[in-house]
Amino acid sequence: MAKLDSKVPDGNLQDKWTKHKFNMKLVNPANKRKYEIIVVGTGLAGASAAATLAELGYQVKAFCYQDSPRRAHSIAAQGGINAAKNYQNDGDSVYRLFYDTIKGGDYRAREANVHRLAEVSNNIIDQCVAQGVPFAREYGGLLDNRSFGGAQVSRTFYARGQTGQQLLLGAYSALNRQISLGNVKMFSRREMLDLVVVDGQARGIVVRNLITGEIERYSAHAVILATGGYSNVYFLSTNAMNSNATAIWRVHKKGALFGNPCFTQIHPTCIPVHGEYQSKLTLMSESLRNDGRVWVPKKAGDNRKAYQIPEDERDYFLERKYPSFGNLVPRDVASRNAKEQCDAGRGVGETGLAVYLDFADAIKRLGRKAIEERYGNLFQMYEMITNENPYEVPMRIYPAVHYTMGGLWVDYNLMSTIPGLFVLGEANFSDHGANRLGASALMQGLADGYFVIPYTIGDYLASNKFTAVSTEHVAFAGVEKTVKALVEKLLSVKGKKTVDEIHRELGKIMWDYVGMARNSDGLKKAIEEIRKLRNEFWKNINVTGSAGDLNQALERAGRVADYLELGELMATDALQRNESCGGHFREEYQTDENEARRDDENFTFVATWEYNEAGQWTLHKEEIVFENVKPTQRSYK
Amino acid sequence: MSGNLNLTLKIWRQANKNKIGHFEVYKVSNISTDASFLEMLDILNEELQHKNEEPVAFDHDCREGICGSCGLVINGRAHGPVKGTTTCQLHMRNFKDGDTIVIEPWRAKAFPVIKDLIVDRSAFEKIQQAGGFVSINTGGVPDANAIAISKEISNIAMDAAACIGCGACVAACKNASAMLFVSAKVSHLSYLPQGQVERYDRVESMVKVMDEMGFGSCTNTYACEAECPKEISVKHIAKMNRDFFAAKLKSKKI
Repeated sequence: MAKLDSKVPDGNLQDKWTKHKFNMKLVNPANKRKYEIIVVGTGLAGASAAATLAELGYQVKAFCYQDSPRRAHSIAAQGGINAAKNYQNDGDSVYRLFYDTIKGGDYRAREANVHRLAEVSNNIIDQCVAQGVPFAREYGGLLDNRSFGGAQVSRTFYARGQTGQQLLLGAYSALNRQISLGNVKMFSRREMLDLVVVDGQARGIVVRNLITGEIERYSAHAVILATGGYSNVYFLSTNAMNSNATAIWRVHKKGALFGNPCFTQIHPTCIPVHGEYQSKLTLMSESLRNDGRVWVPKKAGDNRKAYQIPEDERDYFLERKYPSFGNLVPRDVASRNAKEQCDAGRGVGETGLAVYLDFADAIKRLGRKAIEERYGNLFQMYEMITNENPYEVPMRIYPAVHYTMGGLWVDYNLMSTIPGLFVLGEANFSDHGANRLGASALMQGLADGYFVIPYTIGDYLASNKFTAVSTEHVAFAGVEKTVKALVEKLLSVKGKKTVDEIHRELGKIMWDYVGMARNSDGLKKAIEEIRKLRNEFWKNINVTGSAGDLNQALERAGRVADYLELGELMATDALQRNESCGGHFREEYQTDENEARRDDENFTFVATWEYNEAGQWTLHKEEIVFENVKPTQRSYK
Repeated sequence: MSGNLNLTLKIWRQANKNKIGHFEVYKVSNISTDASFLEMLDILNEELQHKNEEPVAFDHDCREGICGSCGLVINGRAHGPVKGTTTCQLHMRNFKDGDTIVIEPWRAKAFPVIKDLIVDRSAFEKIQQAGGFVSINTGGVPDANAIAISKEISNIAMDAAACIGCGACVAACKNASAMLFVSAKVSHLSYLPQGQVERYDRVESMVKVMDEMGFGSCTNTYACEAECPKEISVKHIAKMNRDFFAAKLKSKKI
C-alpha cells in the first residue's frame, strides 16, 4: 500500500492553494481534448465537475442512476449554502468560515482543505448567480442571508427552502450546455458496479444499464466519483431511496482506502418515525432553528397537549444550556440533547421520541406572513406528512441519519489511493471532520466540482504517462466477469426473505448500536450481528425477476450486499476510536456535563482503512496537524 | 386519527415498451392512513415478492416531493387527488376503506412506457439541452452583488424555477402538451437579467425541440396548472408565447 501522503503544500495557510495552483502542471488547451474523463454521479459535485471539465476541453462521460442528472439527491437540500462574503457586515471573513468549519468538525479535518473550501466559497456564489440561480433577495435587490447552526454570523445564501434544487439546476444547466455542445456524453439510468484498473491507474468503469440489464464498459484516462454518502446503511435516513454506496464500496475493495467511516451525522430536525412500514425520513431544514424554539415539558411523562403546558413548565433546553448559540448549536449537539431529553422520558408525541420545535413566538413577533415567506414550503410538507398544521401546533421533530462525513480517503488533490481515481463531495472524507455544519455540504460539493478538480486533475493528467486502453482490454473483460457473477449469485439464492427485510434489520442494528450514542459492548455486538445477517443474506434472500431486464429488486440487492460489509467497517471504526468527537459519541468518553470528550493526544488522526477481505481491514493513520488553530474543548455555551 | 384501509388496486403492468400492457388487480389490507401512497405500493411489492411474483416497477427516489422522479396517474389524475402534491407526498388518509384505486403511468406519446409504471422522459432532457442555460463558463463572472434584482422579479423567477420536471403537466393535458414545463424553464431565465442576452434564441430553440419531440399543442385548458405538484402558473405559458412572438419579430435571420 502506498504511504498516506496528504500532499498538503508547504507555506502559510492563506497561500497554500494559490501557490499550489501555480505549481501544478497544466494541460495545453489543444491537448485537453485528447483526454477522456469519467464522472460518476451528477449531484452538485458531479454535475459541476462534468460541466467545468468539458468547458475546459476534456472529453467527459457522465453517469447517473436516475433518469435525469437533475434528480440527484443534492436536489433535496433545503436550507442554504455558506460563503464568506460578509455582505451583512457582521464580521465574517474567509478565516472565520475556515475557523467555524474546523471547530464545527471538532478538530478532525485538515486545515489546508478547509481553508481552501472557505477561500473558494465566494466564487461559488458568484458563479451560481451568473447562471441565474434565484437566490433570495432584499428589497434593494441585493442578496439576502440567514443564519445556520455553529456560526454567529449570517453567511447562508438560500433560495426559499429549495436551495439544493436551485443550485443543482444551475449546475445541471451548465451540464446541459456541454451535452448540447457534444463535450459531455450523458449516460443516465446506469449504475456503476466496478472500477477498471490498468497498470495501477484507474482507467474505466463497468456499469449496469438499468433499463436493459446489460453490463456496459467505459474507458477513460481518469475516473471521478461523486456518488454521495452512505446514510442508507441505516435503512431509514433522509437520503433518497436509491442513494447508495456501491460505487465507493466497490472501489474500496479494489484498494481505495476509506477514511473515518464512523463519522455520521444525525440531523436534529426530522419528522419522527411513524410506523413499521416507514420507507424514509424527511428532514425539516436547519434554517427553521432561526425562528423555531426547541422545548420539552419539564416533567417527565407529561402528556398534555402543547398548548396546555404553561410557559414555566416548559424547558427550552438548548437555550438554557447553550445561551450564546441557543437553538443554533451545531447539529451533533442539538441531536444529542434531543435524545437525552427523550431518554429521560420528556419526549413528546405518541412514541415519546420527539421534541417540539415551536414557532408561536416567531409568528407573534413577525406575523404569520413573514414565517410563511421564509418556510412556507417546509410547513406545507410537514402538514402533508403529519396531518398537523405547524402554524397552529408546534412541530414534533427527532434526529435522523442525514449525512456521512466519512468517505473515501483523498489527498489535497482529491485523489484517492488509487492513482487516477478522484472523489468529490460527500463521497470523500475530506472537509467536515467529525461533524458537518449546516449549509456546508452544498458549499463543498460545488467547491470540489467547480474550483478544485479542474485544476488538480490537469496536474495528474500532465504528470503521468498513459498507454492506450480501450474497452477491449483484458482488464475490462475480467471486471465484467466478476460483476456478472455477482449479479447471478444474487439471483440464484432464492431464499425466503426480501432484500428490504434484511435491509431493515441491518438498519435497526446500525441505529441501535452505531447511532447517536455508541459504546464498546454495543459496537462489538453490532459487528457480530452484522456478520450473522450477512451470512443470512447470502443464504436466504429472494430476488425476483432476471438479470437482463429492468429489475429494481436486483438493484437494491446489490446495494444491500455492500451495506452489509460497510456497516461492519463503520462499527469497527467506531470501536477503535476511543473518544467522543462531533457526531461520534462514545458513552464512555463524556465530560461531567455530558458533552463529547475528545482525546487529542491519541486520536488526532484520520482513521483510514485498507480492505483485505470481508470483515478484515488494516488501519492506517493520517496524523492531522494543527498549525493555525489550537484544538480546544468545543463550547457553544 | 390513524386508521387502517383495505383496498383494491388496479395497476398497469407492462413488461417493456414493445409489449402490450394490461391492468392487474391486487388487494392490499390493513394499510395505515399515515402511510404514503408509495409506502402502500412498497407493502404490495413485499407481498408480491413473497409470492415469487415480480414487484411493480415505479420510479421514485427522494420521497420528499423534490426530485421529480415519481409520477403516477391515480384514479385518472396525475399525482392523485390532492392539489399541489407529488405522488410520494400523497398519504393514504386521502382514501377510504374499501376504495378501488386505478394506478397508471403517465400517458403521452412523447413519454413511452419503459416498464409497468415507469416512463421515458428523456424528451424533457433534449428540450433543456436546446437552451435551458446561460452560456457562461465556470470562473470569470462578476461579484454576485454586482447584479441587483428586485425581490419581486426574483420571486417570480423562483416560482418558475421551482418546477421539478416530473411531467405531470404533460400527463394531465388531453393534448399531452409540454407547454407548462417548457414555459417554466423559459420564464425563469427570461425574467432575470442574467438570461437577457440569449432570451429570444433560447425560447426559439427550446420550442423547436419541444415540437420535434412529439408533444401536443396547448389549447388553454389549464389542466397542467391544476395538476402541477408545484402549482406553477399558466401565466408562464403566456409569458413564453409573448417571448416567442417577440423572437420572431426580432429574428436576426435576414
